[in-house]
Amino acid sequence: MTDLPVVVPDVTADVLPFWDGAATDRLVIPRCRDCATFVWYPRAMCPECHSVDVAWVEVSGGGTIYSFTISHRAAGAWADHVPYVIAYVELDEGPRVLTNIVGADLDALRIGDPVTPVFHAAGATKVLRFTPASRAGGG
Amino acid sequence: MEQPFERRVIVSGIGESQIGRRLHRTPLDLTLEASLAAISDAGLTVADIDGLATYPGSLGMGSEAATGPGTPAVQDALRLNLSWHTATSEGPAQVAAVVSACLAVAAGLARHVLIYRTVTESSGQGDGGRKGLGGDGSAQVEGWLQYLVPFGAHSAANWVAQYAQRHFHEFGTTREQLAQVALTGRRNAALNPSAVYRTPLTIDDYITSRMISTPLCLYDCDVPVDGSLAFVVSHVDVAPDLPKPAVRINAVGTAQRGRPSWDQWSDLVTMAGRDAAAHLWTRTDLRPSDVDVAQLYDGFSFLTLMWLEALGFCGRGESGPFLEGGHRIALDGQLPLNTSGGQLSAGRLHGYLQLHEAVVQLRGDAGARQVAGAEVAVAASGGGPLAGVLLLTK
Repeated sequence: MTDLPVVVPDVTADVLPFWDGAATDRLVIPRCRDCATFVWYPRAMCPECHSVDVAWVEVSGGGTIYSFTISHRAAGAWADHVPYVIAYVELDEGPRVLTNIVGADLDALRIGDPVTPVFHAAGATKVLRFTPASRAGGG
Repeated sequence: MEQPFERRVIVSGIGESQIGRRLHRTPLDLTLEASLAAISDAGLTVADIDGLATYPGSLGMGSEAATGPGTPAVQDALRLNLSWHTATSEGPAQVAAVVSACLAVAAGLARHVLIYRTVTESSGQGDGGRKGLGGDGSAQVEGWLQYLVPFGAHSAANWVAQYAQRHFHEFGTTREQLAQVALTGRRNAALNPSAVYRTPLTIDDYITSRMISTPLCLYDCDVPVDGSLAFVVSHVDVAPDLPKPAVRINAVGTAQRGRPSWDQWSDLVTMAGRDAAAHLWTRTDLRPSDVDVAQLYDGFSFLTLMWLEALGFCGRGESGPFLEGGHRIALDGQLPLNTSGGQLSAGRLHGYLQLHEAVVQLRGDAGARQVAGAEVAVAASGGGPLAGVLLLTK
């Protein structure tokens, strides 16, 4: 699969740690220090217990495909890259993120497949995508 | 117990403009045509209208091709003298404006509210094809779209497709079952002179059509059109004076109890319709088995499956088998569905087609596609985190 287009994100101060992490191939997301809830989308207040003691923590980046679609029609820069995979990946820690699956056999892709993160350069940072995990690699 | 507010409100008039592909008429022009038709249909004059509402309003979502004209433009064009007016883009889906208008009438803020929904998305998309909410995906984005657009998920087709895929995975739903929404719509559209696509559609056409976003194919996506639908809602006291039979609003469903997000919704095999429908049934003694005709949102065919389950016409995960073969949802079936042809074949009039057709059926004015003895109709709008539903009676 050819490299998918990237859109340079509008990096704002409130989500800077996420993008700083991504720039060095790490997935960093907020977690409430009072009730341990992972806060996605990133916000400064925990939506469960309303604590503002929310800290950025690095997570494994591992996850499984919760659902996906193969896009056969797209506009702009994406039009040259169909078919490509859009997916919801459920991180091992719980949050569900929208992303692309790259490097996959489109006919073999299934819900529940394990995936690992890959980071694609986008300006000064990188965007988070996933690729099928090597089952032989374990964990 | 005090009666629900909506029992004090009726649909007194309906009107439609010319509806078609690439009409190249202005949104205001179409709106005025539909509005004057609705006012006349109610036996009223423009001077009687003291309320005005639309969805989503001129600041609501993108270009005027998608939003239609704002209320100031319509008020000025008709020289309306208003006691109350609104445009509602954040609320219980497309029918938010109808619910707001009913509240205004029940509360005494207005007596006759004109409501309209106008789209010119067929002309608006020009020759470049359909674009999603996020444009073509090349521009920098912020807000909630920042989590969607960087991944080439510009279109609602991409979002709905992942719900469908999850439903297929969990419940064994098939493309052949999903196809019944499109095939039934097309059969009904053949009997609707206002529908834009009326030529027969076969299961082979469907299965072999090009994929848009798996498992959704071309015929799972509604058809952009130009057109306007308008309604007048009035206080129930005027029902005896109307030239046409009043259509009563028995109940509304407006609840939204999940995370208001396509991708953060809890399970991806239900939608906000689950909450709106549950809310609806708490406001009425009528039950799903009392419904004679169902107009369920079909911006994408899969959304109709979600509404079938949400409203209790079948159980969770059972919409596929319910649709099997299409017999239950045919005009002579147990639950005639999307009798106008729906948005898939009649055109994307964005939640208001469903309400319009519900009123036409309850009045007995549906001609060749009339469901005999229709006394209770449901009109549902929205998908994903957006949902609003109306139960209407003769």
